[in-house]
Parts: sequence; C-alpha cells; structure tokens
Amino acid sequence: MNLWICNILESIFLIGLAPLGGMALKKMKARLQNRRGPGFFQSYRDIAKLFSKEPILPNQASWIFRLAPYVIFIVTALAVLIVPVVLIPLPLSAAADVITLVGLLSIARFFTALGAMDTGTAFGGMGSSREMTLSALAEPAMLMGVFVLSMAAQSTDLSTMVAVMLKGNLGLQPSLVFALAAMLIVATAETGRIPVDNPATHLELTMVHEAMILEYSGRYLALIEWANQIKLLLFATLIINLFFPWGIAIEVSGASLLVGVMAWILKLLTLFGLLALMETTMAKMRIFRVPEVLGLAFLLAILGMLTHYILEVSV
Amino acid sequence: MNFDLNEHLARLINDAGGKAEEVAGRPPCLRVSSTDWDLSVRVAVKADLRFLAVWASQEKTGFSIHAAFSQKEKGYALMTMQLDAGQDEFPSMVPYYVSSARMERVIHDMFGLIPVGHPDLRNWIKHEHWPDKTYPLRKDFPVATVMPRQEGFYPFIEMDGEGTHEIPVGPVHAGIIEPGHFRFIAVGERILNLEERLGYVHKGIEKSMEERDVFSASRLAARISGDATVAHSWAFCLAAEQAAGIGVPPRATILRAVLCERERIANHIGDIGAICNDVAWSFMHVQCQILRENLARLHGSLFGHRLMMDCVTPGGVTCNLDAEGIKSLLEQTQEVAREMNKLFQIYEDQTSIRERVIGSGTVDFENARDMGLLGYVGRSTECDIDARRDAAYAPYDKIPPAVKTCRGGDVSARLWIRFEEIQESANLIDKLLTEIPQGPIQEAWQIPKEGDGGFSAVESWRGEIATWIRFGANGKIDRSYVRDPSMINWMGLELAVRETVVPDFPLSNKSFNCSYSGHDL
Repeated sequence: MNLWICNILESIFLIGLAPLGGMALKKMKARLQNRRGPGFFQSYRDIAKLFSKEPILPNQASWIFRLAPYVIFIVTALAVLIVPVVLIPLPLSAAADVITLVGLLSIARFFTALGAMDTGTAFGGMGSSREMTLSALAEPAMLMGVFVLSMAAQSTDLSTMVAVMLKGNLGLQPSLVFALAAMLIVATAETGRIPVDNPATHLELTMVHEAMILEYSGRYLALIEWANQIKLLLFATLIINLFFPWGIAIEVSGASLLVGVMAWILKLLTLFGLLALMETTMAKMRIFRVPEVLGLAFLLAILGMLTHYILEVSV
Repeated sequence: MNFDLNEHLARLINDAGGKAEEVAGRPPCLRVSSTDWDLSVRVAVKADLRFLAVWASQEKTGFSIHAAFSQKEKGYALMTMQLDAGQDEFPSMVPYYVSSARMERVIHDMFGLIPVGHPDLRNWIKHEHWPDKTYPLRKDFPVATVMPRQEGFYPFIEMDGEGTHEIPVGPVHAGIIEPGHFRFIAVGERILNLEERLGYVHKGIEKSMEERDVFSASRLAARISGDATVAHSWAFCLAAEQAAGIGVPPRATILRAVLCERERIANHIGDIGAICNDVAWSFMHVQCQILRENLARLHGSLFGHRLMMDCVTPGGVTCNLDAEGIKSLLEQTQEVAREMNKLFQIYEDQTSIRERVIGSGTVDFENARDMGLLGYVGRSTECDIDARRDAAYAPYDKIPPAVKTCRGGDVSARLWIRFEEIQESANLIDKLLTEIPQGPIQEAWQIPKEGDGGFSAVESWRGEIATWIRFGANGKIDRSYVRDPSMINWMGLELAVRETVVPDFPLSNKSFNCSYSGHDL
C-alpha cells in the first residue's frame, strides 16, 4: 500500500517539478551565454498566466482541437506513473512496461499532430508532417535502445530493469554504451531540442513542435507547454535511472528516499548542464539531416543488441 | 557625385541613331524623346550599364519618366523623357532590365501611367482594397486624403501540379519583424516558387515629402528605414545640396562618413548574430548583441541618439566631436573590430554552423548581374558595386574604401563579406578620424531655384541608396524619389530560395535582410 502511495506521490512530484526543470535548463543556457535569464519560477508564472487567459479558438477548429491538449497532458502524466524516479520497485511499472511507455508517448504525439491539422492552417500541417517523419524514425530507435537493457535484465518492466542495473553484477557491458548513445540522440529528437528542433524559435517556417501548437492559446497552451516540460524531465529521468541508477531508493524509508531525491537532482542537473552546453555550442541541423542522425541512433541500438548477444550472453 | 557616364551614354545613343541631348542643369541629365526611350535603354543594356532605378514625376503639362544607370568608375547617368500632355503610356524597360519590373508597377500604381510591354501589371504598392483610379502621387491627389475601402483582389501565381501545395506566410509574423507576405509553392519541403507581396508598410513617404521644406524633409528621409538612417539622410542631403549648389565643410563630410561607417559596423554585427540565431546558434547571437549594444550606447552618449538619427542635416552635421569623443570612438571601433575577428575564427571552426550556411540561398553571378543586386548580396557573388567608390562623393573621393567581392553567392559568402566589411569600415574610421580637419560643421542653407534638383547615390550598409529630388517654389520639395537597395534585393531573395527547402528560408531571408520599410516607402 505504501508503495502505491509513493508511486503516486513520486509522479506528482515530477509533474509539479517539471516547469522548474525546464527553467533550470533555460537558466543554465542563459548563464553560458553571459545572460542572466528569467527567474526560476517564471514557467510557473507563465502557466498560471495562460490558465487565467481566455483561450482563442480558430473558426475552423472542431472538438478534436479542444480535446487534444487534455489527452496530451493526461497521457504524458500517465507515462510518468510507470517511470521510476526516486524509488523502485514501483507497483505501476509492473502493470505497464516500457513498450506501453513508448505507446503512451506516441498517443500524445498523435493528438498533437491531429490538433494541429484540425485548424487547417499551413503551419499546423507542416509541423505535423515533420513531426511524424521524425517520430517514425525516433520511435523504433528508442524501442531498440531500451530493448538492449531489457535483454540484460530479461524484462521490459522498468523497475526490474533499474533494479538489475543497480545490482551491477553484469560485468563490463559495452552494449550499454551503444544503447546510451542511441537513447541520448532519441531523447534530443523526442523532446525537440537543438540540434533537431529549436524550442525558442519564432520563425514559423523552421518550427517542428512549435508549428504544431501555434494556434493554441490560454489553458490549452498551458497544458501542452506543461506536458512538454514533463516530457523533457521524463526522458532525462529515464536515461538517468536506466544507465546511472546509483542512489535510487529501494525501500520506503525517509533516509533512503532523501538520498534518492538528492541523487536524482544531482544527476539531472549534470545531464541538463551537458545539454545546455551542447545547445549553446551547436547550430540546428538541416531538417533532412535529422533522419540520418535518427538512423544512426537506430544503428547504434542494433549494434548494442548485437554486442550483447556476441559478448555478454553467457552460454 | 560623378556624372561622367552621362556623356558616354549620350554618345552611344547618338551613335545608335537616337537623339540624346545633354542638359547641364542640376542635376546634369540626358533628355531623350519618348520615341527614343526604348532605343536608349537598349543601348544602355548593350553597353553593360547597370540599371539603378526608373521613376516618374509630374510636370506642368504631362509626366516625365526618369531612369538612372551606372557603370563602375565611369559613374552615373540620368536619363529623362517628357511625355506629351495627355499621354499616359511609355515603353517598358522590363525586356532589357528585369529589376525595373516592380518600379514600373509602382509608377503604374501611383501615377496611373502604363508601361507598354510590361508582362505583369498587377498592383504592387497600391493595396488591392484601395479604390480604382486613385493615383496618390499625382498633384491633384491631396495628401490628407482618407482612402475608402473597396474590396479588391490580388491574384497570386498559381500552380496546380500534383503534390504541390501553397504555404502563405505573413504579413503578420510570429516574431517581431516588419510585415510582408510570402507565398510559397512547395512540393513537400522543397520550394518551387516564392512570391513576395510587399507594401504593407507603405507610409506615403514620397507624397509626404512634397511641399516640405528641406529640413523637415531630411528628417523624414532619416526615417525611411531606421536601421540605415544615416545613409538615407546623407543621400537626401547630398541631393539637396546639389540642388542648392552649396558645399559641405570638410570636417562635416568626414563626420558623415564616420557615422555611416559606424552604422555599417553596428548593422553587420547585429545581422551576423541574427543569422546565427536563426539556426539556433545562440552563442554568436549573444556575443554580437553585446557588441552592438556597446556601439549603440556610445552613439547615444556622443551623438544623442543610439542610431544617430537626424545627425546628418542639409549643409552639414548637427553633432561635433571633441578630442575625447574622437578617442573613445577610435578605441571602441578598434576593440569591436578585434572582437569580431576573434568571433570570425570561432565561426570558421564551428562545423555545425558552417554546414548550414554553405550552399544555402545561392544566387549565381549571371542572375545577380542581370538584376543588379546591391550591397553585400551583390558583392558576395562577384558583382563589384560600391557607390562609395563609383559615385566618389566626399570624403570617399580622397579616402576610397577597399571594396571586397567573393564568389559563391550563398549565405556563407554573404557572412564572409560582412565580416570583412566590418574590418574595412574600422580601417576607414581610423583613417578618417586621424585626418579630420578642424573647422565648421555646418554650411548655411540656400534656397534652390524652382525646378533645380539633385541626384545622389550613397552606399548604405545594405547597399546603394539612390535619391532624386526636385525643388518647387519657395524651396519646398516638388518631388522626391528614393530607391532603397531593398527594392532590387528583394527580387534576388525570390531567386535565392528556389529549389531550397522551406525550413531554410528564414536563414536565406536573414542573410539578405532587406528592408520592408525602405521598399514600401
């Protein structure tokens, strides 16, 4: 019972912290560029502002346009429930495994694209077509990357995978390096970061994700923005806990949970620091280069899997 | 101003069987009859003269059409023809000079004169919702007219091939930029055609210039395009001074050039950053913003305006520099030039940005030459055009700039040229300020005779600005025409993005950075 409560509390913790996480990344970028950046709680203020504003709907919008933001938010929040953040084993991650996670995220994407196309504007269609092209390549790469770990752990349940990784009695595992590289590339693409997409752009014609949500306003936009910040934190947590699970709590006790939270924050900040550094020093790539890079991610994941079979499976 | 080309062109026209009469007025020009116009233009294009502009003016009876040409060191030529009273047709130049197309459309919009042989007489600056038969630049059109709305229609170029789709962008954009409409016809992400629809910032500057005195008009000229305010007011003042026949004190001409070069540096730096920001390389953007801000702040403290607006006035300049000011200006210019050199090294080593800019938005030499693309856009594809050298106005007649050109014509080439021009401008400022003589900075204004005018070409940071003014009675302006370099370079952009992908458009657009305001007037 305790575990169930913890599971839900943990998810609320991540969802509530998501805007702060996004802002921490923004602050790091600003610092790297000699800027001060907005205040740490600016994203909360933005979300509060958007919630209190009247949403403006395009004339052509149908119920799909209004439904999509709720679906996106709920589905992303559900995805959070099955990802271990500071504690294993999670009862809900036994109920839904990593394949469900990928599925949930693709439902969110599907509805984003649907909502964008619903208005019939050129930008919505353009953004949707780009997003779908990219995700068709990112999704298999992500699944493959996760499967490398699943095979080592002999499970697709995230809690079990993290637990196996935590025990660390697998010996030297070169396959994990491949999987990590693949996951990092996929995560950049999935969360719409540079060099794949620019979350800060105002240029309609280059946008991918932003083009899809151009017509949203008010509470609808707030939900989508928030869901997007959750997604960023979700991917970061997934990578941290799958590849560097040290410090995660394995029992419900005050001390170990505290260590778990501290370790999570520390690792998260490190990962965001690296991301900020990359985003500051790199330019966005040409859109037709992105499929090549995602192809590379897939290839890396396959290599990880082969390495696993050749080197790591004890006969 | 160097008008040597007048004589050359007159000889060519006369050799070809036409009749061109040289008029040594203010400004000196060639008068041809309306039957010889077509022949004269054909002679000009054969002699490889570069076309600058074509514009119209209303006379006591009927209208006049004017055109300007140039050819490197030979300078500039003005050609004029008077239409008979009641005649509202003139031969189009489009078959010879493609970049005259939009200018003739403007004449058609504003004067109701018909360029015969023009392939495309849709509205250009005239809004489709304006009533028919309104010709704002005619003298019988009062400047304070409130135009009623009359539903109209602007037919865009259509394409109905399988898989093609249209992407309308603007006129209001997601970012804070000027308004302009772009209509893409694309297959997937590939652009088959881009059609620009401009005119959304038409402010009626040409009409509003009329009946102003020279000082009020020069303030308006400074506001044609705020980012090139020094160059625009300089161009206006040169033309006005030509009409009045007054000279400018040497100290004032040097100060004008210093302001203009500073403006060039500031804008190039800002744009280099903005181009990098368009491909999400924020490092360069922020560095450039810091440098540009420093420049603007010094301008604010030395000249009282961050953009140096209204510093150049007819007869001289309004702001003087003491020894302290000269020193801080020199030091900062050198410092900024050094910083930009460092940033250039970083830019050159950054593969992710190089990969984006090389090969993006290419214009080849033949097209650039035929259109007469100006400024860094032209110079990045071997079109060696620089009004500072060609028009040789003071002080560039004594201290000429080293004009650089390069090959490529892509975003990378345009960036390179701009990095180079920052260094060259810093050199020029160094030379100008060390040679600056003491003396007055303002010459008394004299009211020009009715009918006298002037023509000037000034190299703004964006390219050559051409200005033509004619004074009426009591020193009031009778007609003023300005051709911002954007008028021509906007056409180059349409060409540059053909066959590239849609998401690369903002990058190409930014690397051209044409002015909407300067184009729409």
